[in-house]
Amino acid sequence: MMAPARSPELVEALVAAKVTALAMDAVPRISRAQSMDVLSSMANVAGYRAVIEGAHSFGRQFTGQVTAAGKVPPAQVFVVGAGVAGLAALGAAGSMGAIVRAFDVRPEVAEQVESMGAQFVTVDMESEVSTDGYAKEMTEAQAAATAVMYDEEARGADIVITTALIPGRPAPKLITAETIAGMRTGSVIVDMAAANGGNTELTLTDEVVVTGNGVTIIGYTDLPGRLAAQTSQLYGTNVVNLLKLMTPEKDGVLTLDLEDVIVRGITVAHDGGSLWPPPPVQVSAAAASAVAVPEPVAPKPPPDPRSKAYAGAGLAVLFLLAATYSPADFLGHFTVFVLAVFVGYYVISNVAHALHTPLMSETNAISGIILVGGILQVGSTNPAIAIMATLAVLVASINIFGGFLVTLRMLEMFRKD
Amino acid sequence: MSDFLTWEHLDGLIQGLYIIGGVLFIGALAGLSKHETAKSGNIAGMTGMGLALVATLLKASQNAELDSAENLRGVGVTLLIILLAMSAGGAIGAWRARTVEMTGMPELVAILHSFVGLAAVLVGINSFLDPNAPHTGPEATIHDVEVFLGVFIGAVTLTGSIVANLKLSGRMKSSPLVLPKRHLLNLLVLLASLGLLFWFMSYDGWTDDAIALVPLLAMTALALFLGFHLVAAIGGGDMPVVVSMLNSYSGWAAAAAGFLLDNDLLIITGSLVGSSGAILSYIMCKAMNRSFVSVIAGGFGSDGAVSGEARDYGEHREIQADAVADLLTNASSVVITPGYGMAVAQAQYPVAELTAKLRAQGVTVRFGIHPVAGRLPGHMNVLLAEAKVPYDIVLEMDEINPDLSDTDVVLVIGANDTVNPAALDEPDSPIAGMPVLEVWKAREVIVFKRSMATGYAGVQNPLFFKDNSQMLFGDAKDKVQEIIRNLPAQDRLPGGASAGTR
Repeated sequence: MMAPARSPELVEALVAAKVTALAMDAVPRISRAQSMDVLSSMANVAGYRAVIEGAHSFGRQFTGQVTAAGKVPPAQVFVVGAGVAGLAALGAAGSMGAIVRAFDVRPEVAEQVESMGAQFVTVDMESEVSTDGYAKEMTEAQAAATAVMYDEEARGADIVITTALIPGRPAPKLITAETIAGMRTGSVIVDMAAANGGNTELTLTDEVVVTGNGVTIIGYTDLPGRLAAQTSQLYGTNVVNLLKLMTPEKDGVLTLDLEDVIVRGITVAHDGGSLWPPPPVQVSAAAASAVAVPEPVAPKPPPDPRSKAYAGAGLAVLFLLAATYSPADFLGHFTVFVLAVFVGYYVISNVAHALHTPLMSETNAISGIILVGGILQVGSTNPAIAIMATLAVLVASINIFGGFLVTLRMLEMFRKD
Repeated sequence: MSDFLTWEHLDGLIQGLYIIGGVLFIGALAGLSKHETAKSGNIAGMTGMGLALVATLLKASQNAELDSAENLRGVGVTLLIILLAMSAGGAIGAWRARTVEMTGMPELVAILHSFVGLAAVLVGINSFLDPNAPHTGPEATIHDVEVFLGVFIGAVTLTGSIVANLKLSGRMKSSPLVLPKRHLLNLLVLLASLGLLFWFMSYDGWTDDAIALVPLLAMTALALFLGFHLVAAIGGGDMPVVVSMLNSYSGWAAAAAGFLLDNDLLIITGSLVGSSGAILSYIMCKAMNRSFVSVIAGGFGSDGAVSGEARDYGEHREIQADAVADLLTNASSVVITPGYGMAVAQAQYPVAELTAKLRAQGVTVRFGIHPVAGRLPGHMNVLLAEAKVPYDIVLEMDEINPDLSDTDVVLVIGANDTVNPAALDEPDSPIAGMPVLEVWKAREVIVFKRSMATGYAGVQNPLFFKDNSQMLFGDAKDKVQEIIRNLPAQDRLPGGASAGTR
C-alpha cells in the first residue's frame, strides 16, 4: 500500500519523478467505489486470519460442549473495533462456536455487530451530560469508563482481537500492560493494528510476544498475505473493477478522468504535480436526498362550498323542469338508473386492488346483458332487424360466456398460503 | 305451452326474475371486492345472468305468441335462432376464456368490450327500425334521444376497444398518435353529432321518414372515428385507465339500450357497470396523480418528455446473477416489485419458484404492487396468482412503502416508471407527483432490465444510478432462473464474514 497520508516523502519523490501515481488504498469510501476498495477486501481477509492465528496460539477448542466425558466451556472472544476487519473477525469467531463480544466507539455499529451474532458491549456512564461546562471532564470520565471496560473485558476474554485505527495517526493504546498482566494464562491477543504501532502497550510489530504470565500477543502485519490465494483473487478483482472504471470506452485506452470522485481520490501525483490530499468526498447519499423539494405551486384555495350548492340547485331545477314534461314511464326508468349508479359507486369503492382484473372481466360479462335487447328483436319479420339482432346476440354471448369463465379461471388461481 | 305464454300474470313473473337478477348482479360486484367472497360473487353473477336469460326468452316467446300484426315470427323459429346464435357465441367465448394466456388478459378484456359496443350499436339501430317504436309526442322525442345516445356510446366503445386491443397486443404502435389540433377535432365531432341529433329528431321515425336513417348513420360513422381517435391518442402506459374507462362506456351503452327497450334490468346492470368502471378509472388516475381529463385527452409521455433526458445521473453499476443469489441468501427480508416487463418476459413462474425457495430458507419475501403496474388494473396480481404466489404476501404500494427502508434487497423486475424517484424529487419531471414505490430506501436494489431504455413515460430513471442500485441486464425470465440455479441447495450458509458491511 502506498499510504500517501503516512509517507509524505514518498509523495514528494513521486511528484519529482513526474509519474502518475494511483494509490489503491485511497479509494473513497462511497458505495459505488466499494467494488474497488482494496482496504475493505484486505481487512476482510485479515479479520478472518486473525481469528485463525488466535485459535492456533490458544490451543483449545472455541466451541463449548457438554459430553459424557465432561463439560467444555466455549471460548470468550472480545473484538475491539467493528470495521470491516472487526466484523469479519467476530463473524469467523462466532461461526467457530465462541462467545463473541465487541466494542466500537461508534455506537451506531451496534446493529451491525448484533446482526453478525455477537454481543455489543456498552460503556456505562453516569448521565451527567446535561450539566453545562463539564465537556472536558465528561470526556475524561468517558475515557476512564472506557478504559475500565477494556480492562474488564480483556481480563474476562480468552482471545482479544484489536482493530482500532485512527486515520493518519498512530494506533491508540487501548490495552495496558497492567491489563495484560491481569489476563488468564494461555489467553491470546491478536493486534491487527500492529503496523501502526499496535493497540496494546506490549505489542511488537511483526513479532509474537509471550508475556511473563503466559499471554501471547500476536503482532503480525501480513495477515492478508497468510491467505494469499484469496487475497490475490480479491485484490485482482478490485484492480479489474478500477480498470473498468478508467476505460469507459471499453477500448483499452486508460482515461484519467479527474472529474470522477474515485479517480480523483486515488490520484496522488500526476504531470509533476501533487494531487494529495484529494477534496473531501461525500460518503453517504443521505445528505443528497435530504435536499428539500420546493413546493411547485401554492395550494389552490379551496373552492367556495356555496358555488357547489348553487350549481347543484341549478341542476336540480333544470332536471325538475325536464321531469315535469317527461312521460311517467321514463321517470320510472330514470329512478332505477340513478339508484343503480349510486349502488355501483358504493359497491365498487372498496374493492381490493388485487381483484381489479377479475372485477373488470366480471363487469364485462355482466354488461353482456345487452343480449336481452338482441333476443327481444330477433323474432322480427324484417330481415334487416333479424340479422342485426342475431349478430348482437352472437357477440353478446361471446361476452357473457367468455367473461364469466375467465373470471372463474382467474379466481381459481388466487390462493392463500 | 301456449297457455303459459298467454298467462295474464306472466309479465309479473318476468319482472320478478329481472329484479332477482339485478340483485344477484349487485351481489356479484360486492362479492368481488374481497378475496374470500370473490368466487361466490362470480357464481351470483352467473346465476343472475341465467335467470335474466330465462326471463328474456319467456318474454320473447310471449311477444311472438301475442303478436297480432304479423311483425314477428313464430315462437319456435325465434327460439331456434336465439339458441343457435347463443351457442355459437358461447362456444367462441368459452374457447377464448380457456386458452387465453394470463399475460394476454388486457387484450381479451379490451376486445370483449368492443363486442358490447357492437351489440349496443346493433340494438340501437334495430330499435329505430322497429315498427312499434313511438312516432309522435314526448315519447318519440325521448326514444330518438335514447337511440342516438345508445348508438353513439356503443360506436365509441366499439372502435376504442379495438384500438386498445391492437395497442395492447402490439399490432399497433403503442405511442400516442397525435393529430394536429386533436382536442379541437374531438370537440368538432361532438358538436357535429349534436347537430345530427337535432336533424334526426326532426323526423318521425323509420316507418314515416326513412330519411332519418341518414343522420343516424352519419353520426355512427363520426362516433366510430371518435372512438378510434380518442384511444389512438393515448399512450400504452395509460392503457389500464383506458381499459377501465371503456369498461365504463360499455356499461353506459347497455344502460342506454335499457331505456330504449323499457327494460329495467338492462338499466340497472348497465349503470352498475358504468359507474363501477368510472370509479376504477378514477382510482387509477389518482394512483398516477393525473387528472382524468388529461388521461382521456391523451398524449401522455409526448408532451413533457423534454426534461429528465438532459440530466446527468452518473454511471450505473452492473451485477451478475450469481452475486444476486448471494445477496438474496444473506438477506433476511426481500421485496419484489414487478412491472409489465415481468409479463412480457413471462417471468412469473420463475419468480414464484424463487419466492418459494427463499421462503423455505427463512427469508421473508413480499411483493409490492403499484396500482398501475401492468396494462390492466390488477394485472400483476393475476399473473402472480397464476404462478401460485400466495396472495397474502402480495401487498399494495401503500402497505409496502413504509417497510421498504427495513428491507435488505428489492428486486425490480420489469418495472420502471412505478419505481422512479424523479416522481418525488424532480418537480419538472413529466411524472412528478405520481406516487411511486420507494424502493431506493432499501439497502440494495437489483433492477432487472433488458437495456437502459426508458419506460413508457419516456422518462429517465435516476434509480438506476443510485449508489445502492445495481443493474442485472438480460431477459427477466432467464436471469431469475439463473439466480435460482445459483442458490445454495440447503438452508442459509452460516454467518461467515460478509464483506462490505459498514
